[in-house]
Amino acid sequence: MHLEGLVFQALDGLASASGLFFVAAGLSLIFGVTRIVNIAHGSFYMLGAYIAVTLATAIGGAVGFWGGILATAVIVGIVGALIEIVLLRRIYVAPELFQLLATFALVLVISDATLWLWGPEDLFGPRAPGLRGAVEILGRRLPTYDAFLIAIGPVVLCLLHLALSRTRFGRLIRAATEDREMVGALGVNQSVLFTAVFALGAALAGFGGALQAAREPANLGMDLTAISDAFVVVVVGGMGSIAGSYVAAVLIAEVKAVCIGIGLVQFAGLSFNFSKLTLVAEFLVMAIVLVVRPRGLMGRQQVAIRSVAEPDAPIRPATKTAALFGVAVLVVLAALPLLARSSPYTLVLGVDVLIAVLFAASLHFIMGPGGMHSFGHAAYFGLGAYGAALAVQWFAAPMGVALVAAPLLAAAGALLFGYFAVRLSGVYLAMLTLAFAQIVWSIVFQWQEITGGSNGVLGIWPTPPFDKLSAYFLLTLVLVACGVLLLRRMLFAPFGYAMRAGRDSPLRAEAIGIDVKRIHWLGFAIAGAMCGVAGGLFAFAKGSISPETISIGRSIDGLVMVLLGGIQTLSGPIVGASVFAVLQDYVMRETPYWHALLGGIILVLVLAFPGGLAGGALDLARRLRRP
Amino acid sequence: MTAPPALEVERLCAWYGAAQILYDVTFTVGRGEVVTLMGHNGAGKSTTMKAIMGLLPRRSGVVRLYGRDLSARKPFQIARLGVGFTPEDRRIFSDLTVLENLDVARQPPRLFDDGTPAPAWTPDALFRLFPNLAEMRHRPGGRMSGGEQQMLTIARTLMGNPLIVLLDEPSEGIAPVIVDEIANTILELKKQGLSILLSEQNVGFAELVSDRVYMLQKGQIRWSGPMPELAANAEVQSSYLTG
Repeated sequence: MHLEGLVFQALDGLASASGLFFVAAGLSLIFGVTRIVNIAHGSFYMLGAYIAVTLATAIGGAVGFWGGILATAVIVGIVGALIEIVLLRRIYVAPELFQLLATFALVLVISDATLWLWGPEDLFGPRAPGLRGAVEILGRRLPTYDAFLIAIGPVVLCLLHLALSRTRFGRLIRAATEDREMVGALGVNQSVLFTAVFALGAALAGFGGALQAAREPANLGMDLTAISDAFVVVVVGGMGSIAGSYVAAVLIAEVKAVCIGIGLVQFAGLSFNFSKLTLVAEFLVMAIVLVVRPRGLMGRQQVAIRSVAEPDAPIRPATKTAALFGVAVLVVLAALPLLARSSPYTLVLGVDVLIAVLFAASLHFIMGPGGMHSFGHAAYFGLGAYGAALAVQWFAAPMGVALVAAPLLAAAGALLFGYFAVRLSGVYLAMLTLAFAQIVWSIVFQWQEITGGSNGVLGIWPTPPFDKLSAYFLLTLVLVACGVLLLRRMLFAPFGYAMRAGRDSPLRAEAIGIDVKRIHWLGFAIAGAMCGVAGGLFAFAKGSISPETISIGRSIDGLVMVLLGGIQTLSGPIVGASVFAVLQDYVMRETPYWHALLGGIILVLVLAFPGGLAGGALDLARRLRRP
Repeated sequence: MTAPPALEVERLCAWYGAAQILYDVTFTVGRGEVVTLMGHNGAGKSTTMKAIMGLLPRRSGVVRLYGRDLSARKPFQIARLGVGFTPEDRRIFSDLTVLENLDVARQPPRLFDDGTPAPAWTPDALFRLFPNLAEMRHRPGGRMSGGEQQMLTIARTLMGNPLIVLLDEPSEGIAPVIVDEIANTILELKKQGLSILLSEQNVGFAELVSDRVYMLQKGQIRWSGPMPELAANAEVQSSYLTG
């Protein structure tokens, strides 16, 4: 390893930091003013790359390239403004979780729209006219375009800083970030301000994507990569701080670049390849920063957002009728192998539904009673599935052992991630859990020797007597029923009371001697373990497991299930998961644009019930009572 | 036909969640008049002001500014029609400097309903009114004392060139010297034809500036009359203000 090589990698890191900074800065601006975490911000970045390539190829030459980049920023800004006007404006008063879900739905819709418009192939853009050469640095050649990217990050940072401090628009943004209601009372039209800020943020992301298109091809995976990177950057830099975003973007890009630069290291007879660390490097940086400075490098205490939602009614143990109904459902399910002897597909679907139920119930456990809105529950599902699959693959473990390994690995992961997650709340927690899930996915995807990379692990079949579908169905039923009942029982134990107390009023709970963080951490681990069981069952049900099945989409599926059923009730996740799994099974066979359809359904739900499903029902009841 | 009063509030009700805070509050403020809402903490003084300003999610009743109905309008529209609001907790933008705070609230000059121009403020004019602020024009709002912030919040409201100012407990928690200064400011604004709706618990301060008083208790107006009458009436004072 030479010093020159390291410096060279560092320069490369600076070049990629610029694109990351643009996305993060836009995300941060929008959050500051509107308090909405725009998960679709990575989608704007992706749109920027596609549009820039299209314009550059269609128009051609320097005008097509450079003019195209500017035009792209404008176009994406307009798309952002339209989305704000049509969708977000209606949900500023909705619960935070619904806002996140709505922007998530946008990710799905934009992703499928991009697929429809540009097709599944990667799109290569032309190289930058006028900057095709290279500059010689330390005996190596740095592409001129990279040098340009290195320069443009700080330039835009300075421009943004000037705009925020020297223009009235900037002053309004800063004022609204502190107290948007007061800004309104002083005569400023918030709707216009919000739309303008959203357009500016979207334009920044589109600009970043457009610039990046000359360096790497536009592809359909860019949106999620960009958003999870941007989340990490914003959390590390401090939400709402533009300068913090730049510092964090540089820091993370540099750590990654240096990992590649160091490469293979031999030490005391062991060799370790640092370049493998690139996908986890940002996580490590984030973990360290959050431990030392929970609000990020340059973040400040955010003004508490006044909650407009009514407090949840406390959950109650099941009534006798409800318990009887539950038993009846279990009996019917236990008899299902006999009832459905003529259609084996019913049992396949039944296993899917049961696994979804446990998955959703475990997520509901931390989201509802725990108040921790995890956006990365797929991580524990994946750890469980891979825990089981790898136990079979590498240790030839029998199924019983593998099904124990599943929750153990998932719980270990949940303990590790939960340690950091419970220190945060609200959107920070959502972002952090999402980033963790992306990291699990990345590790699985990249650690080819162990996990089989993108192919996954194949040939994970149940051992006799469970190789028969009916037996496996019953096994699943028993495990899922026990899991759900156990989670339920825990909520009515002192532990569950403590968890709910910690959710409702952390200060008062601590004052009566409850260690809220520890309780929530434990709850997080329990939910992780239960989710791991679901993952293990899934691996054996499908006979294989691949990174695709544990991607971000599964986390979203879980959220939709929980919200569909209603977060305030204990039976909610069970109903929601069942409806969702059956619906998915049916619709997925009908259309390749399943994601867009799902996104559309979520958007309709969110727009129709901006106060949440339960809130919507309450509203309806109130309206019916009043003539 | 007589000219409408500057501010007319009719049967104003307001709620926080399910709890009703105001019950049919009705009063008027004339042009160039200083009217004070008095009452205990929680009597509904601040809620009345927020309800006039459109800052509460649920309210009913009618509010008119020089005859123009404000009831269905958003806060920014109400502000743009000429209602200035200085909240009790001041709500200075702590990241922004004094000048920037003033700039955020800037609005074009406006006319009274009879066509005469209302006072139009500039930062320089406000610095003459509040000389203390002039010396710290580049200081961030977060690094000012309570009294300085109170002056800034009044100055910020005046930048919107309002026809009426809703002044919520301006004397609360502020050094006596500055309280005197604020009283002088109120009288100065009155002289220029502005109407002022003040909320206050302190009879001493109200006496310095007010023309008339409405006494609130539990969200209802229980007594009203000219200021001198209240000052002389120890019985009303003791039943609604002390203890």
